Amino acid sequence: MTGEDTKHLPLKDLHTAAGARFGAFAGWSMPLTYPAGVMKEHLHTREHAGLFDISHMKLFEVSGSAAAALLNRACPLDAGALDISQSKYTFFLNEAAGIIDDLIVTRLGDERFMVVANAGNAVTDEKHLRALAEDFDAKVDALDRVFLAIQGPEAWAALARAGIETGSLLFMHGIEPRQDWFMSRSGYTGEDGFEIGLPEADARNLVAKLLEDERVLWIGLAARDSLRLEAGLCLHGQDITPEIDPASAGLMWAVPKDVRASGSFIGADALRAILERGAAQKRVGLKPEGRQPVRAGAALFDADGNPAGHVTSGGFGPSAGHPVAMGYVQTALAKPGTKLFADVRGTKIPIEINPLPFTPHRYRKG
Amino acid sequence: MAKTYFTEDHEWLRVEGGIATVGITDYAQEQLGDLVFVELPEIGKKLSKGDTAVVVESVKAASDVYAPVDGEITDANSSLSSDPSLVNSAATGDGWLWKMRLANEGQLEGLLDEAGYKAHIG
Repeated sequence: MTGEDTKHLPLKDLHTAAGARFGAFAGWSMPLTYPAGVMKEHLHTREHAGLFDISHMKLFEVSGSAAAALLNRACPLDAGALDISQSKYTFFLNEAAGIIDDLIVTRLGDERFMVVANAGNAVTDEKHLRALAEDFDAKVDALDRVFLAIQGPEAWAALARAGIETGSLLFMHGIEPRQDWFMSRSGYTGEDGFEIGLPEADARNLVAKLLEDERVLWIGLAARDSLRLEAGLCLHGQDITPEIDPASAGLMWAVPKDVRASGSFIGADALRAILERGAAQKRVGLKPEGRQPVRAGAALFDADGNPAGHVTSGGFGPSAGHPVAMGYVQTALAKPGTKLFADVRGTKIPIEINPLPFTPHRYRKG
Repeated sequence: MAKTYFTEDHEWLRVEGGIATVGITDYAQEQLGDLVFVELPEIGKKLSKGDTAVVVESVKAASDVYAPVDGEITDANSSLSSDPSLVNSAATGDGWLWKMRLANEGQLEGLLDEAGYKAHIG
């Protein structure tokens, strides 16, 4: 499974000691599960606090007098309108308005921003951003950090016990609480939680303190995937790709109205044209009937057997208690309650369009 | 007197009176993680060695379980429809998958015994 080019997490020894089972993801050897197993890890995160090593993701600092202008070119964003410490979910788009990657941009200062990008796209993203930066008075620095997520209703309390106060930090805000630290109230589970980028030595101290707390458990990539799927959050490379635009993906909420109307971001013309004529397909939640999971790649059909779309992510939702999936269907079929069929190894499984998320978000917004 | 065999694909067979009860090993269930669904075979279905007999689904992935020998399905473990986690908690007991009537008992000779299987998984 793991070749010579496989990258290993700086805290690999801690995961091994915790009994992690590793697997390959986006060029990294990642902890997939720990001895508790995916089901318990998932439920523990929703009830208490899950600790995730997400150091495969990449942090970029963008700074300079034209940092906001650079980001406004790369993303459908008004970076200059962000308050200091405010975060925004956005994307890099290509000229056809396809999603190169989805990101979170946080304003750190008047002329400084943090960009958090996906592991699988980190190299592409860095090249893309650096190439664009040549036309702007802006600098792109790839940061060397351990990146941890702590997610769940008791995440804030576990951090407080470990000496990190989070009280005034609200959902989708990020700060630099210590030298070379970046901490945001955000995540990929639908729960309240935090993502913290920090130097390795500090990370080892923090992890040791957090794991003394019985509310905190290491959580692997398998549960990270089932948590985000229940929360209706997209995985780039599956649910969104460079061939999918934000309108089809149902992500236009991330594009401010004035940016939509007059922004000069890459892909603006293509996106406006798509909005004008309407997206041909839409991303939807899908609930299979019964217990059998319907997974990525499964074809969808209407009641008459006509092709209706396909599944992009699917599995079992431990909190939902039933299989959960998402995918794309023709816009006319995207209404919740519409009944379709999924082909699973030759059997047609009834599947219904379901509103997203499958489990309610519990973000701390104020 | 029942005799137990193993395959390199991490299955076990308990053979008695020309009928094999088949399941996956404890090692296999550990590798798969928490099972959420088992697609059971139809009774009466004839399988050749290597055909997919059952699909076991974990939270994350679906995996085929192959017929270790030729034969006809005589029973499937219907308890797994309501509680697939039996395969995790009792892989070599209540978590059995199916029973089959052996078409060719000579095929058993090509399988592993317990010591051979233990050596295989190291």
